[in-house]
Amino acid sequence: MKQVLTGNEAAAIAAKLARVKVVSAYPITPQTAIVEKLAEFVANGELDAEFMKVESEHSAMSACIGAAAVGARAFTATSSQGLMLMSEMLYIAAGLRLPIVMANANRALSAPLNIWCDQQDSMAVRDSGWVQLYCENNQEILDSVLQAYRVAEELMLPVMVCFDGYILSHTAEPVDVPTQEEVDDFLPPYKPPHPLDPARPVTMGPVGVPEYYQEIRYMLQEALLAAKDKIIEVDREYGKKFGRRYGLVESYRSDDAEIILLTLGSLSGTAKDLIDRCRRRGERVGLVRVRTYRPFPREALVKALRHAKAVAVLEKDISLGWTGALFADISCALANVEGAPLLLNFICGLGGRDVSPLQIREALRAAARAVEAGEVRRPVRWLGLREKLVGLRA
Amino acid sequence: MHKNFLPTGVASWMVEGDILKITAGAIITEAGSTAQTETGSWRTFKPVINEAKCTGCGICWMFCPEPAISKGKPARVDYRYCKGCGICANECPFKAITMVQEERG
Repeated sequence: MKQVLTGNEAAAIAAKLARVKVVSAYPITPQTAIVEKLAEFVANGELDAEFMKVESEHSAMSACIGAAAVGARAFTATSSQGLMLMSEMLYIAAGLRLPIVMANANRALSAPLNIWCDQQDSMAVRDSGWVQLYCENNQEILDSVLQAYRVAEELMLPVMVCFDGYILSHTAEPVDVPTQEEVDDFLPPYKPPHPLDPARPVTMGPVGVPEYYQEIRYMLQEALLAAKDKIIEVDREYGKKFGRRYGLVESYRSDDAEIILLTLGSLSGTAKDLIDRCRRRGERVGLVRVRTYRPFPREALVKALRHAKAVAVLEKDISLGWTGALFADISCALANVEGAPLLLNFICGLGGRDVSPLQIREALRAAARAVEAGEVRRPVRWLGLREKLVGLRA
Repeated sequence: MHKNFLPTGVASWMVEGDILKITAGAIITEAGSTAQTETGSWRTFKPVINEAKCTGCGICWMFCPEPAISKGKPARVDYRYCKGCGICANECPFKAITMVQEERG
């Protein structure tokens, strides 16, 4: 049934439909409404789950780790500073191979204090061993949370469902909400292979001495790489049942495109609109959206991008001291590909700065100039930077 | 790509002749795994007991934190687990234990 939902509501309803058994969270803007909604579901008896109030995000993730270890389906949500405080436990959740699903409403990091959207928070924990999915709209948030539990529990890996704070978290859109029966049919109960159970004792989190640690990390890396096939398999099944599919990457009018925009998250919606306008004028431009950022879908991206003359990577994050994180990754993915396109990086939308079609147009023009010149003179540029404020212009 | 990373899979790794099974997430499902981890590989100095000097008093056995020494005359060191801390040599009242630098390949 179609309902008008904010991104936060879509995430909360998805967790409820997944019949999560433990929700543990600490409030933080712009995520708070997710766990408020879940608390309401638990309080009014709509959801049979333990709602654990904790004193920090570090504890929230710790509680989810304990819950997942005993065999309970666990859910949490956070943003920004909360994710940073959680980061120690993120690595532990992945190392212990616990299939926790977390919603992250993307928000900028302090300092300066900023509660608005960019993707620096989840980018900062991209190496933690979590699968990371980035959603374009509220429907995808609901669908991704449901898919996430299947992927997580079949590979014993945690999954982070990321979506832009405010732009999605607080914006209402029509969302097709499946019935409980349909979701139950898609998502069986969680049964871990080795739960913590006093009747059948096991050791979890032993010391990984130098003789074993490297092998255990290798197995985690292999599991993450295998998640690419698993995400496709689960997505295909989801598509058959619910009629919506997302894949690892989404290609939009890019098959014959000379210039391709590479994006993550809600920015893709604005960019697609601009692509349509450019196409009407006969410009051969397209868009590729990275939906699965970890594991990094190298093969799918090489296939989607290699025919282009230039790729403009637009992202709301920066690996300080270097380039945007996605740009660094795509440069690496195309490193040994013959005839690979020219690559340009555009840092934009930091701390809630609006990314307008005009700015995206500027990125396309810069890419076109690079194609004409046959080289990229300035690989990293900032879109919408108020140059006077930083002394670049008088 | 091997499939041992899957949660139901169990990988086996050869470590100094013994096989320790690793599950996804390094969950240990059987008891007694500590005995399978041969901490003797950490050792740099090896305690060597001078059998002529050893009186079998048992002080080294009492002090060994591992415990990797069995009581007797002479006392015996289980080199599979001895980490080479040297406490036994330090405590022996008869100077019957010498720490000798080891070389491994």
